[in-house]
Amino acid sequence: MSAHANLERRRQAIYGWLLLSPAAVLLTLFAFYPSIATLWSSMFSRGTRRKPTEFVGTENYAELFADPTFWLVVKNNLLYAGVTIPVSIFIALSMALWANGKIRARGFVRTAYFTPTVLPMIAAANLWLFFYTPGLGVLDQIGSLFGLPSVNWLGQPETALWAIIIVTIWKEAGFFMIFYLAALQTIPEDLKEAADIEGASRWTYTRRIVLPLLMPTTLFIAVNAMINSVKLIDHLFILTKGGPSDASKLILYYIWEMAFAFFDAPSAAAMTIMVIAVLGIVAAVQFFYLDKRTHYQ
Amino acid sequence: MKSLTKFMDSFGAILLAIIWIAPLLFAFWAATHSTSDAVNLNLFSPWTLENFRVAWSGAPWLKYFINTFLLVTVILIGQFFLTTLAGFAFAQLQFPGKDFVFILVLMQLFILPEVLIVENYAMISRLGLFDTILGVGMPYMASAFGIFLMRQAFKGVPIELHEAARIEGCGLLGILWRVYVPLAKPTYLAYALVSVSTHWNNFLWPLIVTNSPETRPLTVGLSIFGAPENGVDISIISAATLMSVAPLLIAFLIFQRQFVQAFLRAGIK
Repeated sequence: MSAHANLERRRQAIYGWLLLSPAAVLLTLFAFYPSIATLWSSMFSRGTRRKPTEFVGTENYAELFADPTFWLVVKNNLLYAGVTIPVSIFIALSMALWANGKIRARGFVRTAYFTPTVLPMIAAANLWLFFYTPGLGVLDQIGSLFGLPSVNWLGQPETALWAIIIVTIWKEAGFFMIFYLAALQTIPEDLKEAADIEGASRWTYTRRIVLPLLMPTTLFIAVNAMINSVKLIDHLFILTKGGPSDASKLILYYIWEMAFAFFDAPSAAAMTIMVIAVLGIVAAVQFFYLDKRTHYQ
Repeated sequence: MKSLTKFMDSFGAILLAIIWIAPLLFAFWAATHSTSDAVNLNLFSPWTLENFRVAWSGAPWLKYFINTFLLVTVILIGQFFLTTLAGFAFAQLQFPGKDFVFILVLMQLFILPEVLIVENYAMISRLGLFDTILGVGMPYMASAFGIFLMRQAFKGVPIELHEAARIEGCGLLGILWRVYVPLAKPTYLAYALVSVSTHWNNFLWPLIVTNSPETRPLTVGLSIFGAPENGVDISIISAATLMSVAPLLIAFLIFQRQFVQAFLRAGIK
């Protein structure tokens, strides 16, 4: 009997590893090995024809820290995250509360909110180009109705990043809405009835009952929004290319530029490692939160 | 009082909805009118399909469409194959090292492929897959997210069905194929919708790995077509943009419920 169990255990182990192996090979090729290779190459100098690459330790990092553009890009990305995350969460929540309520044209409203989610970021950027173009763009046309001067939204350092931020919020708010919408539908009706009997105002009901119940959803969305604030940079290629004078450049775009426009792979690698570190912290937060949520249920 | 708040709610919601689809509506307006009528918002100007004709002849769109279609298909097939096998191993088999490997897989959820562009590019070149559709798709096939999703789906399958199939003489792969895969159909559908719309829209990685119209997907083609150096005007860019989003957008409008369900299912699990 024990021999049989042993055989069965061995059979499962062989099958298990066989079934895993195709995924394991690809994950190694495109996730694990590249991560380690990035760490490795971030510690070597950039090779030229005369001078081969050599080990320089943390010099690439020190160089980055001494580079004002790097700090500008970090500052931009922090602002980008600091605005897009709370604003898109707030808009998503408002959308969900509306789309869940008894309003007119609910189907149309839901569709309109969600539609940007299925568009490519490149296409979204093209659509918004029509809004931002100075002189011809819709914003300028509206402004000129009120006698406002033409503004080059994408062409001046003060507004370029904000123009990018608005496109991002537009793109992701509707996506986050569906998670709130799903969560709202699990809130029992009797809570609303009880609040009504107690004479609680709608604002009190929302603030004291709905928002706390939505907290796990909000955390989930916040983590997603954080990842997006690193990842969503496609529209930069169309709208500003990180300019003017780096005013709208974000980290991932800078990594791309370093590696594929300036051919400075070591600096790109050093920045990549820093981004991975930040994402790791987000991951830790996420695991902590997931633990909590399973505890809840 | 109550009807007033109700009215305000509807008003606010509809106003926001109009703002939200305004960019799309304006693009539609611009694409169907001549450039000067479009920018002057001349409401009574004649409609035209000329912009679409010009845009269509300005780039190998048909090739781009085929490339995007092939790309999402290749990725989806690869993902279904790999995540089914790995998800099943994680869900139903016991073997040493399983938990450790599972944690490694979960780690990949946070090391986004987007971040590793430099080394992944080197890897693709080493494998001789630069400027091929397979090269664009390969890094996404062993999706940690998909493995996790499949594992959850397979865990929900009652063990009695597994046992019954075994007693009937079904091998392990037979059980996977005849019992687990059919029962996980909703998860496959959800995953397919999310995967197709993600990769239809993906840009940065295809931009790096493709270098010719023979492999370029729509998003990269669109960005090149709209580049300021090419001097195309806003009506023609709008027409090209609408053309390239049309298939996915129409599919979304028809299967809206399934799309939303798919994104929910994929997100929450």
